[in-house]
Amino acid sequence: MLNRAAMRLLTAVPTLFVLVGLSFFLMHAAPGGPFDSERSLAPEIEARLAAQFHLDEPAWMQFGRYLGGLVQGDLGPSLQYESRSVASLIADGAPVSAAVGAAALLLALIGGVALGALAAMRRDGWLDRSVMVLALVGLSLPSYVVAPVLILVFALQLPWLPAGGWDGPASVLLPAVALALPQLAAIARLTRGALGEVLAAPWIRTARAKGLPERLIVFRHALKPALLPVVSWLGPAAAGLMTGSVVVEQVFGIPGIGRYFVQGALNRDYTLVLGVVLFYGALVIAFNFLVDLAYGALDPQARLE
Amino acid sequence: MAGRASGFGASNKRAGVLATLRAGLFALAALAGAAIAADPQTLVIGNGTEPESLDPQKATGVSAGNVLRDLYEGLTGVSPSGDIIPAAAASWQWQDDGRALRLSLRAGLRWSNGDPLTASDYAAGLRRLLDPATASGYAKLFAAIEHGSEVIAGRLPPSALGLHADDVGTLSIRLDRPMPNLLSLLAHPAASPIHPADLARPPKPDARIGNGAYRLTEWVLQSRIALARNPAYWNDRQTAIDRLIYLPTEDLNSELKRYRAGELDVTTSIPATQADWIRRTLGGELHVATYLGSYFYGLNLTRPPFAGNKPLRQALSLAIDRPVIATKVLHDLATPAWSYIPPGIRDYRPQVPEWAHWPRARREAEARRLYAAAGYSADKPVQVEIRYNTSDDHKRIAVVIAAMWKQVLGADVKLVNEEWKVFLRHRRERRDTQAFRNTWIADSDDAQGFAEILDSRHPRNDSGYADAGYDALLLEAAQASDPALRRAKLEAAERKMLDDAPILPIYFYASKHLVKPRVGGWQDNILDWHYSKDLRLSGR
Amino acid sequence: MSGALLKRPAIAVPAAILLLIVLLAVVGPWLAPQPFDAIDFDADWGAAPSAAHIFGTDDLGRDLFARVCVGGRLSLAVGFVSTLVSLAIGIVWGATAGWFGGRIDAVMMRIVDILYALPFMFFVILLMVLFGRHWLLIFVAIGAVSWLDMARIVRGQTLALRRQPFVDAAVVSGLGNAAILVRHVLPNLLGVVIVCATLTIPQAILVESFLSFLGLGIQEPATSWGALVNDGARAMEATPWGLIFPAVFLVLTLLAFNLLGDALRAALDEPRR
Repeated sequence: MLNRAAMRLLTAVPTLFVLVGLSFFLMHAAPGGPFDSERSLAPEIEARLAAQFHLDEPAWMQFGRYLGGLVQGDLGPSLQYESRSVASLIADGAPVSAAVGAAALLLALIGGVALGALAAMRRDGWLDRSVMVLALVGLSLPSYVVAPVLILVFALQLPWLPAGGWDGPASVLLPAVALALPQLAAIARLTRGALGEVLAAPWIRTARAKGLPERLIVFRHALKPALLPVVSWLGPAAAGLMTGSVVVEQVFGIPGIGRYFVQGALNRDYTLVLGVVLFYGALVIAFNFLVDLAYGALDPQARLE
Repeated sequence: MAGRASGFGASNKRAGVLATLRAGLFALAALAGAAIAADPQTLVIGNGTEPESLDPQKATGVSAGNVLRDLYEGLTGVSPSGDIIPAAAASWQWQDDGRALRLSLRAGLRWSNGDPLTASDYAAGLRRLLDPATASGYAKLFAAIEHGSEVIAGRLPPSALGLHADDVGTLSIRLDRPMPNLLSLLAHPAASPIHPADLARPPKPDARIGNGAYRLTEWVLQSRIALARNPAYWNDRQTAIDRLIYLPTEDLNSELKRYRAGELDVTTSIPATQADWIRRTLGGELHVATYLGSYFYGLNLTRPPFAGNKPLRQALSLAIDRPVIATKVLHDLATPAWSYIPPGIRDYRPQVPEWAHWPRARREAEARRLYAAAGYSADKPVQVEIRYNTSDDHKRIAVVIAAMWKQVLGADVKLVNEEWKVFLRHRRERRDTQAFRNTWIADSDDAQGFAEILDSRHPRNDSGYADAGYDALLLEAAQASDPALRRAKLEAAERKMLDDAPILPIYFYASKHLVKPRVGGWQDNILDWHYSKDLRLSGR
Repeated sequence: MSGALLKRPAIAVPAAILLLIVLLAVVGPWLAPQPFDAIDFDADWGAAPSAAHIFGTDDLGRDLFARVCVGGRLSLAVGFVSTLVSLAIGIVWGATAGWFGGRIDAVMMRIVDILYALPFMFFVILLMVLFGRHWLLIFVAIGAVSWLDMARIVRGQTLALRRQPFVDAAVVSGLGNAAILVRHVLPNLLGVVIVCATLTIPQAILVESFLSFLGLGIQEPATSWGALVNDGARAMEATPWGLIFPAVFLVLTLLAFNLLGDALRAALDEPRR
């Protein structure tokens, strides 16, 4: 696992390069440009704008220019939002997305592990069955249905929380819940499965025979090895949260970078899209790296490997 | 062993975390309650898409305009009911048979930073607007100013424009041709003055010097634009509301929920599909008013099947049942359009064709007759693609029109939904398009602004309509000093165009807002301009 | 074997539900009072369920029952076809890596690792923006996103199979690599692959509905459950039936696939215990 973590760092740079290259040429191959608008600018004005942002150069030259800037840490100016740099947009949006994402991850982890453990301890009982069916329903409900229902209930019927926007810590809650739900369900399923297997292992049976209380057995002995699959799930979970954030940020009107991505792609804000893709890519790699380290720390076998 | 101990510790911590989380939830709920309660001195306005810029000369789009009208004051203004009224200019005189305008500014005008505001700041704003280096989408609005066209094309420097600040309080504008809508266009944000410091060096997006009733205090992209009253504004005494917040609200359904939760006072629009429900539950708060926009389908006249096939174009037009679209699809948030230029335009009468008054059966019979005359039948149906950009309402209208053409004429209709930028490109290229969704929203209530986009040389002539007679009528109207003559020419042009059917009018836009009862002074007007300085807030 | 499996309720019940839903999607449109894209201009639009329209009508006066059935065809097709695409890529990739092992395996799995780190959904969005909403593209794009898991599982299973004596026997008897893979390895992968496929199908259906939400889904007047649910969610208070009927079908289908996948996996694991 540590090997794997080291490999991840080594491949990070080529991975990001591929990422940026693919996104760059996909974006530039798409019909329509950043300055097409309902009011059609005069051709000479459009040409002037294009020249200002070097969009009149061949694509490979623009790509070289972009990489050149990237090496110096410059993500370029946004083409859509006047006199704002992509770096400043990401700096504004990332903490917002991160707050919602972290809250969702925390919620999914705590809720998922708790529910999963509960189900495993009552294996095949009614509690287990209902938790697992609920988890499957959670996995099957698209977030664009869950989010409006949450707003309807917790912002309109019970006026406890804001219906949208980004205004104080209370704005985190509903989006985080909407975002966490599918991951929570997945983690509950994983925990229940892994814990169930561990609880059936001979050494646990020994512990039970010794008369240790069930709670102690679960929390002191069984939970830690059972968490391994949950930890390795965190990588895909983070990616899932990022995808989900696109929907959730739109429904709740949150100024995060998932929204920038979709808006940027639709408006052909090339630099903004590349910046966000790069940022997400780096984040996923960093997150997977941490997951590898955590896995190594938790699993003695992996440490030996 | 160590592992076990930490495992147990973790479970303890977990219980602790849960307890903290629970406590936190209650605290947050309490906090949120405080945040939601409406501030009696802050007006919160839903503003649609986030403005890309608040530079008055560069910004285009409705949402930027809403904010700019609070940040900058034009020479003229618009009253709550939509009439042209004096603003920074206290008075004006037309001279030289409508070829020159002389405006007298109020005394003692100041910028938001306290600097004196002069006539030359207004001249600087207009010069900057027409300067090709600014690359403004609104430059063409003022092309009729003396040497305007040459300046826009870069053949003359901006200093050559027919603008002259006679003294600090007087501005003279000379025109190349009559411009009956000049006074209303001077109220447009694009004609805002510019402070010499902002002219010399582009300011940060959230630090502009303005001269309106409000000044910009904060702009967090995709989150809020915050404004506070400008004490340096000449009429600050009359401003009732201290603070404004413009919220970006792209998703109309989300906006509606936030409005219902009391998080905003005015919505940018409402989702058409919810209209009936809104009328039932929020009836008194809904404001629907005629708006200066025309929604129509363009037909590409440069390619088959529409090139040179007038009967086919007319048949398709007759087969569209406009009242069904206005009433059943758009739930009366629009008026059916039988002609192109909307009602309510100054000095103009809608050119409704005779068949608009026929019963539906007769229109459909005539449509089928023309369809057959165009050479099509049940065995040989016309194949048409309808192209529209991604939007719920465009989709619903396209589905219904396709069904009408299919069910009345037996046409073979295919829908093509394109994402905005692809759609714009295809529409402009006139290569892949056949029938396509189109819209024109005017910048002032003048018929010429509508008519000119069907001029054969206009960049937005997406149909490729090229008719020498039509172009000639527009030219004669542009050069006419007599309003009656101008009107006659424009009306004749529209009649000619409607008969040729390069476009199929569908509906006239309406502005739609939900306005909380605590907002006073709100009046519907055709421009859908609402200066915040004219509004009041009452306690609830 | 399959007969014995079908006797278990954990497998039979979701399988029966799925069969019913597929049946309804296939024959349903013929039972509907009007075609899924026909508009009755004189009727009430957005009408509540009634004898004439058992699911009610949508906001353009189209029969919702017909649309749910037709939408089901597309959603199920997306599920099956894009899973097939992901199976094809995943099996070839995973089996090759697992069979040859060593450096080839290391490189191929490293590529999978790298692809895992790409925000793949974002590429799908870019692709849809770029090439428009052709239904074929939806299938391929979703399939291309979901083959990574398949490749990993197949590779692990192939590695294990390689060590089995019957494979050694085949190698000794002089069979070529390709022949062994096709004749001996692939049939033994079947169980794992079926389980994985059962769990990929609901994922694919969900991805399609996600695209519909972003306005990048199937072209009207055609529809999918995702598109219907999305339309319904917007007006859930005014016309709740517009959300409830497609949502019930969508969730029930996803639930049944997931339950079936779980039960199949449990059945597959049994002999090892």
